[in-house]
Amino acid sequence: MREVWITGIGLVSCFGEGAEHHWRTLGGPTAPAPIIDCERFKPYCVHPLPEMDWSKQIPRRGDQRQMENWQRLGTYAAGLALEDCGFKDNEELVSTMDLVVAAGGGERDIAVDEEILREAAKRNDRDMLLNERLPFDLRPTLFLAQLSNLLAGNISIVHKVTGSSRTYMGEEGAGITAIENGLARIRAGQSTHLLVGGAFNAERIDLLLSLELGHFASRSGAEPVWARQASGGGTITGSVGAFIVLEEAEHARARGARPYARLAAIVSDLGPRDNDDKTRARIDALLDRLPVRAGTAVMSGASGCKGITGLEFDTLRRHLGEETAIRAYTTMIGNAVEANFPAGVALAALALFHKGFYPPFEEAEKPLAAASKILVSSIGHYRGEGFALVEPV
Amino acid sequence: MAGRYTDHLGRPIVVVTGMGVVTSLGRGKKENWAALTAGRSGIHRITRFPTDGLATTIAGTVDFMETEEVSAPAISFAMADATVGEALDEAGFNGSGFPGPLFFAAPPVELEWQHRFTLMAEKPEMEPCYNQLLAAAHDDHHERMHALIQLGTIAYRLADKYGTKGLPISLSTACASGATAIQQGVEAIRRGEAEATLCAASDGSVTAEGLIRFSLLSALTTQNDKPEKASRPFSKDRSGFVMSEGSAALVLESLEHAMARGAEILGVVRGVGEKADSFHRTRSSPDGKPVITAIRLGLEDAGVDTGDIDYINAHGTSTPENDRMEYNSLKAVFGDAIHAIPISSNKSMIGHTLTAGGAVEAVFSFLTMCEGVIPPTINYDNPDPDIPLDVVPNVKRQARVTTVLSNSFGFGGQNACLVLGADVG
Repeated sequence: MREVWITGIGLVSCFGEGAEHHWRTLGGPTAPAPIIDCERFKPYCVHPLPEMDWSKQIPRRGDQRQMENWQRLGTYAAGLALEDCGFKDNEELVSTMDLVVAAGGGERDIAVDEEILREAAKRNDRDMLLNERLPFDLRPTLFLAQLSNLLAGNISIVHKVTGSSRTYMGEEGAGITAIENGLARIRAGQSTHLLVGGAFNAERIDLLLSLELGHFASRSGAEPVWARQASGGGTITGSVGAFIVLEEAEHARARGARPYARLAAIVSDLGPRDNDDKTRARIDALLDRLPVRAGTAVMSGASGCKGITGLEFDTLRRHLGEETAIRAYTTMIGNAVEANFPAGVALAALALFHKGFYPPFEEAEKPLAAASKILVSSIGHYRGEGFALVEPV
Repeated sequence: MAGRYTDHLGRPIVVVTGMGVVTSLGRGKKENWAALTAGRSGIHRITRFPTDGLATTIAGTVDFMETEEVSAPAISFAMADATVGEALDEAGFNGSGFPGPLFFAAPPVELEWQHRFTLMAEKPEMEPCYNQLLAAAHDDHHERMHALIQLGTIAYRLADKYGTKGLPISLSTACASGATAIQQGVEAIRRGEAEATLCAASDGSVTAEGLIRFSLLSALTTQNDKPEKASRPFSKDRSGFVMSEGSAALVLESLEHAMARGAEILGVVRGVGEKADSFHRTRSSPDGKPVITAIRLGLEDAGVDTGDIDYINAHGTSTPENDRMEYNSLKAVFGDAIHAIPISSNKSMIGHTLTAGGAVEAVFSFLTMCEGVIPPTINYDNPDPDIPLDVVPNVKRQARVTTVLSNSFGFGGQNACLVLGADVG
């Protein structure tokens, strides 16, 4: 089986952009204060996008106009990853590169929706109202900013990545599937270099609504992930674009590429969440499939949701020991749903490359100077569980 | 390299042992095949919602399923449930759990207007806006509504009900999704990750807004007068596709696994080809290169030559651009021989089932080989002289078909081609 390296990272979060920037910001001796906005969608908080100059990775205005922020963010992060691994504008390499994207649905036109809602409150023939308004009020290109696979489409158009293109859906699980599929294809010799990741725009009231229908959104202010369990739990989303370049080790060696880390394994599963014992047994079985031992450091994408996040914390400590260093990176950058797992794998690879680890993000987390390998954990807020094992090269 | 259970590249041979289908023509393979070979159209006037003032008022909606509510996720789930059940029954897996993962081509679902109006009514004291909807969500748990609109839910439910293994996969490559689901099921078996995979696709997203969105891109025909005549692939007067609903499911297995349990083999997925296009969000490269490459990769992967293909199941959407581009690309790959190979578009009868199209058409391709009958391209009254293909015009044809090429292309530069075979030989 072929060895798979992570040779490129493209990361945008509330802290800014770039792999090194994230290491400098998050990898210091003490954790920075999370950047979080608790006013805009009160009582809910979100980790907002930093100020972006989209033109740096999406040079054509016409391309920018055809997207909304979710796609811009993903296309931008994909460009950063390509630049980081030295593929940018290398036609031969990008035209044979495979693309795997984890995506949700795109933005709605909130102003149009709200105008229709206001009108609908006064009428009982609402179906007719839709026929009167939508054909004239919807921008034709908005549809293209909404289709899940059009993030991949935009990456193909802007960065010319055209080997193949696949999009996975299904919240945090989509991010797990995307990287799992990429790893499997390179290992089996079906691909030599592959761009994989996702993007999530947290500053969308329609997505907040989607979460809150299931009562998954945190209402208790900007509390860190583990501490949030005591005050009702819930997830706080974050705007994140996270792409990584996976490359067959031989392919990377041949072009003298610098590896961040080796992607050693990914395991995943899904089942109902109505019985904690069964959920625990499912997660136990996944961890048993990985060569992890006491002391393995963890980057956790815990959502913060009540019950499941506490269960994740306890299960990790039961397997790896009470003293194991666990970092809920969602405390710092928020839950980026489809992009959550790619972001975690990227942060793990960065720490291994720098032969270090992250400082505790909250009181419950134990200090650790350097990680020898890192388990990335993603237990979705609603469904889906997965782990990646990232090792130094 | 080829062995008893392996193909020309030494990989496990992947066979089909169960299939299910639902389209506007009916429920199940039997009803669909009877209608399809009779040249009957499933396209009709939309009754699901009023169409006053809309440019397009016809579609291939599936209105005969029992659904939890009338919404895209509910209809899509009901159809997927039916086709997966049919496929597993035929393969002999139903009720016993399925020994592999689910690859599901998932339709775009989101909160619909009916849901927004419901939430709005829960907070009549507030000004209508998203904050009002959010307040309604805050104050009451809407568990059912939440579950329905998550993009992964249909796959979760299918996985739970039918006992597939591992994390069920929801995927989208737009209108190529159905073919991509099959492709991924094949790849998982070839990599040795699974002995069997369940590949399904479903799309029940004909809502007013869904229809209007496609209308605004000028993708739909507005020939509303005679709905059954509106989808006319390869005709000179074709003017856009007809939005439709449908679902299909296929049970794939390694040949060795299928033989060991004595399963009936319905066909073989011999090869898959895929190539992304960077030209435009909705249009294919004018030179057709990505489509040409996808077809060539499919043939190469299957280990067959153009001369081995004896029927092509076209993408054939009935849009002016697609049908011309598909012909030009096929001509580039097959040369003049393309004019002698029968090629038909199921979409002339069932319309464009979008996410489900590639899987629905794969099921019909296998039936074509099993039954020795090629379904026609109907409404072919006015041939396009620039597309001189043998489209099996208007009437079915008896023919021995052993190898089929099935094309699927989608927005976002997605191109996927399947090469399907009648038997292991």
